[in-house]
Formats: sequence, C-alpha cells, structure tokens
Amino acid sequence: MKLFISIVLTAFLGFALCLFLPWWAIAIAAFTVAVAIVQAPWKSFVTGFVALFLLWAVMAWWISFTNNNLLADKVSVMILKQQSAFMLVLVTGLIGGLVAGFAALTGSLVRKL
Amino acid sequence: MRFVSLAVAALVTIGLIFLFNTRQVLPAPLGRLLSPQHGIWQNAEPADQSFSEELKFASLKGKVEVYIDEKLVPHVFAENDEDLYFVQGFLHAKFRLWQMEFQTHAAAGRLSEILGEGPGGRILEYDRNMRRLGMVYAAERSLNEMEKTPASKLIYDAYAEGVNAYISQLTESQLPIEYKLLGYYPEKWTPFKTALFLKYMSFDLAGREDDLEFTNARDNFSKSDFEKLFYYLADSLKPIVPNTPESPYPAMASIDLNPPLTADSLYFSYKKGDSLTYADTNKPNRENGSNNWAVAGSRTKSGRPILCNDPHLGLNLPSLWFEMQLSTPEFSSYGASFPGSPNIIIGFNENIAWGVTNAGRDVKDYFDIEFQDEQKTAYKYNGQWMPTEKRVEILKVKGQPDRLDTVVYTNYGPVMFDDAFRAKERDTRHLSVRWKAHDPSNEGLTFYGLNRAKGYEDYLAAIKHFTCPGQNFVFASRTGDIAIWQQGQFPAKWKRQGDFIMPGIDSSFEWKGMIAQEENPHQLNPARGYVSSANQLSADGSYPYYTGNVFPVYRGYMINRMLDSAGPVGPEEMMKMQCDNYNIRAELSRDILMSTKDSLLDDASRKYFEIYRKWDNRNDVGSEGATVYHLWWGALEKAVWEDEYDKIGLPLPWPTENVLVESLHRDSAYSFLDNVNTPGVETLEQLLASSLRTATDSLEKLSAAGKLSWEKAKDTHINHLLRVIEPFSRLHLPVGGGKGIINATGPDHGPSWRMVVHMTDGIEAYGIYPGGQSGNPGSRYYDNFVDDWAAGKYNQLWLMKKEEKGDARVKWTMTFANTK
Repeated sequence: MKLFISIVLTAFLGFALCLFLPWWAIAIAAFTVAVAIVQAPWKSFVTGFVALFLLWAVMAWWISFTNNNLLADKVSVMILKQQSAFMLVLVTGLIGGLVAGFAALTGSLVRKL
Repeated sequence: MRFVSLAVAALVTIGLIFLFNTRQVLPAPLGRLLSPQHGIWQNAEPADQSFSEELKFASLKGKVEVYIDEKLVPHVFAENDEDLYFVQGFLHAKFRLWQMEFQTHAAAGRLSEILGEGPGGRILEYDRNMRRLGMVYAAERSLNEMEKTPASKLIYDAYAEGVNAYISQLTESQLPIEYKLLGYYPEKWTPFKTALFLKYMSFDLAGREDDLEFTNARDNFSKSDFEKLFYYLADSLKPIVPNTPESPYPAMASIDLNPPLTADSLYFSYKKGDSLTYADTNKPNRENGSNNWAVAGSRTKSGRPILCNDPHLGLNLPSLWFEMQLSTPEFSSYGASFPGSPNIIIGFNENIAWGVTNAGRDVKDYFDIEFQDEQKTAYKYNGQWMPTEKRVEILKVKGQPDRLDTVVYTNYGPVMFDDAFRAKERDTRHLSVRWKAHDPSNEGLTFYGLNRAKGYEDYLAAIKHFTCPGQNFVFASRTGDIAIWQQGQFPAKWKRQGDFIMPGIDSSFEWKGMIAQEENPHQLNPARGYVSSANQLSADGSYPYYTGNVFPVYRGYMINRMLDSAGPVGPEEMMKMQCDNYNIRAELSRDILMSTKDSLLDDASRKYFEIYRKWDNRNDVGSEGATVYHLWWGALEKAVWEDEYDKIGLPLPWPTENVLVESLHRDSAYSFLDNVNTPGVETLEQLLASSLRTATDSLEKLSAAGKLSWEKAKDTHINHLLRVIEPFSRLHLPVGGGKGIINATGPDHGPSWRMVVHMTDGIEAYGIYPGGQSGNPGSRYYDNFVDDWAAGKYNQLWLMKKEEKGDARVKWTMTFANTK
C-alpha cells in the first residue's frame, strides 16, 4: 500500500512541479516523497523509477497517439537511428525512471541517517 | 557506510541529471528533449488540434478577426493598417518563428553563433562572406531609409510588435522544435530584422555574379575564344520586351556610354595570364529565377485576363512562403507572404494581380583598390588619398571565443577581399564591392502599394519604389489591362562594364549613373495578347544600355512559343502549362545528336542511343530518354570544353545552356571540339560517340540501381533548412521537368509557389507551394501540400469576404482585441 501511495504521489508531484520548473524537477519530486514516506532504499528506488517511467511513458504515448506518431517517427530516426515511435516512448520512460529512481534512493538514504 | 551509499546515490542522481541536461557527454540533452512536458513531445501537434483562440493585447486599436480555413490559411480582417500588420507578425511568428529568425541570422552572417563553425569551418566562412559583403551595413541603410517614411515605420513597427507579442507569451515547452534541438532561444524581433530578411532576398536574387571568374576567363582566353564561349546575345533569345513600335526602346542612351579611354589597355586585356584563385562556394543558386506571364482577355475563353507566376527558388522546409489574406475596409489582398516581412509579396486583390521574376542584371561589381599603406586608412582615388572607414565585425562562434574581422569601406563599398580574405593565393588583391543593394531603398512600399492597387496607374506608382533586386513585375487587371515592367534601379553600363574587375584608382570606370525608370523595358497591352518573362535578357541588342552577360533563354523561348500558338485559354490550360515538361533544348539539339555514327558506338551505347532516338523530348516522370539526353549532353559539353578549362586550372564560368547547341549550328568545326591534350584533331563525330560512351557508364550504373527514369535520376528533394535533419525533409519526390524547362524543378530547386489568377469578378485563382502552412515538423500541416505540388495539382485560392465567415471552409477563428 505504501509503495502504491508513494508511486502515485511521486508521479503526481513530478507532474505538478514540471508545470513550473525544468524537467529535472522530477528528481525533486521523487526525493521529497522518498524522504516523507519511509521505505526500504530498494523500494524507494522502485517507487521513483516506476512512477516516472509510467508518467513519462504514458504521457509520451498519449501525445504521440493523438499526433498519429508523426513527430515521434521523425525524431526517433534522429535520436535512435530507427523509425520507431514505440522505442522513443520507451527511452523517454527509461530516462524519467532512472533519474527519479536514483533521486528517490537518495531521499530514502537521507531518511536513514 | 550509510554516508557512502548516500553520497554514491546522490552523485549518481546529479550525474544523471547532468548527463541528460547538457551536451557535454551525449550529443543531445535527452532529458530536456524527451520530457513530455517540456521537450519535443510538446511539438507533436494533435491531429485534431484547434487553432481557435481569443487573444487580447494592449497595443491593438480595434478588433481583428482571423478566419483560418481547412488548408490552415489565415484570412485576416482588421479595422486599420496597424492592427493588420500586428496580426500578420503574430501569425508569421505563430507558424514560422524559427525559420524567420534563422533566415535573418543567415542574412546577418550569424549562423556560427547557433551552429558552430561547421565542418572545415564552412559555416564560419559563410558568415564572414556575408559580413564582408556588407549585408548588415546594407540592412542598416535600408532601415534608415524606411524610417524616413512614417507610413512604412508604422507598418514595420506594428509587424515587429506582433511578432514580439507572440514571442513574449511563449513558454519553453512551446518553443519551435529547432530551438530545442539546437539549444537556443529566440531574440526579440525588430524592424531591422525585417530589413535583414529583405536584404537576404536581394542577396539571393541580385547577389550573384561571376565577375571574378570572368576576369580569370579574360586573363586566360584569347579575345576570340572568350567571345565564342561567352557571347552576349543568344541566337534563341526572345527578349522579354521586343523592340516594337508599340513599345519602342529608347533610341539612344541619355547617359554617355563611352568606355574610358584606358579601357583597351586596362580592361579589355585578354590573355595576360593573371589569376584569381578564390572560388566562392556561397553564391546564390544560378537557377534562382522564375516564370511569369499574363494573357489578355482577347486570348482567353472568358474575355478576362489570366496572370501566372511561379518563382523558382531553393526548395526548403519550412517553405519560404506563407499563404494568407490581408484585409481592412480599404482593401483585401491574397497571396504568398514572406515570414519576416509585412504585406503579400506575390498575389492579387479583387481588382488586380501581380507576380515577379528575377531581372538577373549584374548590379554587383568589383573595383581594384590601392591603399596608401598596410594600415588601409587611405586609398588612391582621382589622384588623392581618400580616407577609408572601418567596420569591426564581431563573429560569435558557438563553443569558441569571438572572432573579429575588420572590413574596410571605400566610396565604392566594402573591401570584400584583402589580405584577411584572399581572392588570390600568392599576392594580395584589394577588391571593393559596388553593389546596388547597399544603396538606401524602401522596397516595402511597392508591396504595400500593390496590395491596395486598383489598376495600372496604381501598379506603376507602386513598383517605382522598387530598386533592388530588379524584378520583372507582371500585371493584370479585372478591367482588362496586362503589363510587364522590368523594374529596378539599374546602372547605365557600356558593353561589358563590370563583367570583369575594374580599376578603382579613379572614377573613370565607375557606374556613370542609373537608367531612368521610364527607360526600363516595359509593355502595356501588346498586340500579341500576352506579356511574359522567364529571366531571359529583357531587351535585345538594340537597347542602348548593356544589360549583362549570363541569362537563361529556353524557358522564355518555350513560354512564348506556347502562348503564340495557344487558342482561347482558361485557367486549366495555364496550370497545365506551368507544369509543362517539354525540353526545348532537346528539340534544338536533336539534329546534332542524331548525326552520331552508329559504327562508332559499342553495343551498350547503341542501346541508349535507341532510347534517346525514340524519346519525345519531354522530361516527364518515367522518361528514360530524358536521363540519356541529360547525361549525354553533359558529357558532350565536358568533352568539348573541359580540356581547355583544365589546362587553365582556375575558377572559370561555364558557358550557358544554349552555347554549345548554337555554336555547333553556327560551325560544325567549332574550334573547341579539338582536345588540346592529344596530338590529333578531334571532330564532332568522334566527340558525339565518345561522350555517349562516357554517359553510358553512368547510365549503366543508374540502370542497375533501377534509377534510369528521369525523376529517379534527378531525385528532387526538399530539405529542412538545417540541411542535416533528414527526417524533417521530403526526399525522392516523383517530379519531372528540370533546367531550361517551364517546370523548372531541379534536384533541390524549382517552382516555390505556383499561382494562376483569372481576373473574373470575385477572382478565380489557383495556387500551391511545396510545403505546408505550419513550420512545425510535428504538425500535419508541415508538408501537406508537397505531394499535390509534385503531382502538378493546385488548390483553389479563396479571396474570402467577411460575410462568408459561416462558410464550411472556415475551420477555426482567432480574435484579437484590445485588453480594455
């Protein structure tokens, strides 16, 4: 339950902060939630990773879906050297997940001090 | 231990943010770029995006309504000029901001600032070229001139304010994708940037000459060889305005056109062996040109004139053009506008239509300067030491310290070439540029006037403001007038003045004055029932002024031939004619190629000769004969001239497209046929066979790759302006036509806007350009006209009336109002 609430909170806070702050505010969101809600460090990492992976991947997927993958098809060729909107969505989720995961881990370790 | 893990986790987090936020490690800041709330995903426009909006701005005087149709063309209805141009600026920015700024950076020589110095320093070299040519200087002068006219100042200020109104409400996430990819932000727009953009068009259309190359040619060919390669009047020339009693040329020049007494010794000094090694790789495309014509009511089915125009420019995405309608209670004008400039540039209103082709006159000449000393503070002029002025150009280069470049100015203009920018490898030449685009002028007044013109008199009054780049303004009115004027301020030149570098130590070689406007070649309602131009010479040899040396002849020839024999025409015939692929040079050179001796060919070349023999002289999609002809003729030209050119080994101008056909018709024992590297004397017969064999090698390769048909061999593509982003480009388009053909579509160049306007009441017009209204590669309106354009289809152009706002074609409405 804690895990689930943390994931939802992280995703929500990450989304909200990014309305006003640069993209790396997702790290602040994940860190803050991990400090506020005590979990084992590995669980905090999972929280941050899953929250932002889902948030970013779902948002990217939805945007791309309404765009008929027009832009993702082009940008994926540029960045990934292959035409695949799916892969670009995946990479987007992974980047968000990694940054938030480590930020949450850091938060959890701070709490442990 | 806990501290260590914490420190590691914290470092990894910060490291990842650094990794994904900068370009230090990865080539792109992937976190910033892929954040769905900030990065490129925000540029993925939903397919059902609404463009309806209600906006309020303090500077608006009244209300402006913009009806956006299904093609994403805005029809703007304002209550006054100020609001109109504010909204035009806003809309240009909304749909084309990145391109507008990029083009002005290109004009100002500031590309290295955003792109770095480029491979081999090419971008920096381009920037220096623009700075040394005085592009910024020219734009400053034209801005000063424009600000002297209050009406102009009001328009340019309102336009800039509109652009800035858009920029100031932009958030990071809404930035055009190119800013995100390159990592920079838009600057504020200013009237100066509009001036820069217009100077860029001057550069593109009146910035090309081959004076350095022609100087090399003069210095290394004998006079008779030079005249054989670069004779001045083409045999197949059909001048834009023939000298007829209804539109006679001036009988004599009103300015003394005698060359200076020293010309024979100092200027017409052939084969003296001097050499300039500079090869300008940044020249505007030679094919920049256009077709336009207007057919009188006496030759049309409806009895009303039809006007046609298709400007041939570099094809890029986002397109140079943005289609729109501008209306106030005083006027309503529709057509193609330039993002970056107010007004409609090519278009029509309910009374008249206008279009332009490039005059292509040489208005950029070089003068040899003698400085007093190394300091370059004074130069010799009419026996005195005159002071120079210096401009320090600061070139910012991405990721590098600034570069400084001092450019010396004389009374001719900037000294483009000196020891810091060399025209010659060994010793230094100081070459000052005299360029018409440096003279103060206010071309915007022409478009302002044309947008509102009601008839011939208004048109004539409007175009008189146009000084550079010289254009052929074609005109048609609802009341039945058709006309054409070659308009611009052109120096009155003696024959070959300025074709070569001129001595600058005194005033004797200087331009003596400008040709009076009324002496410019023009026609009003000629008996033949049409006017036309396609960048050929405007007048024949009986025009008293020298009009230049390098002009294409074949499109004009073909247009006139088709119009001479056309029955009563309608817009359909005109659209078909704009897309016509008939290759007139192929027809004129057929007797030469058909004289090829079968016995001199091998089996492979015989096969291609057969394809050529059966070919219908049309460069249509699917034509293999067109490919054979193109490669064969190219190989023949090389076989004829390349031996002489290689021997000289300097940058030289290549003879124009008509020279070989005409020379071989004049003299089948043309002296250049002989290969100077062999002991024997080659004949045309031998060269025809050997050049076909050379072409056969390339043809076999094309054939093996399945690319023998003309559109595949030519491979028309429309690159994104940055050239390096392939996915934002449109490649391998199936389009026929080519150089010297009415449908002048080359590999990356061609009809950038096709327009046919039938001057009926209410106006029946058609048009299309190879692009789309949105500059956003993530929009479905980015390139949605491209396939129709390639297929030669047109859209109907709708000169909307305000009462028609309920029309089904109106998809979205934007309203602009005052904040009160």
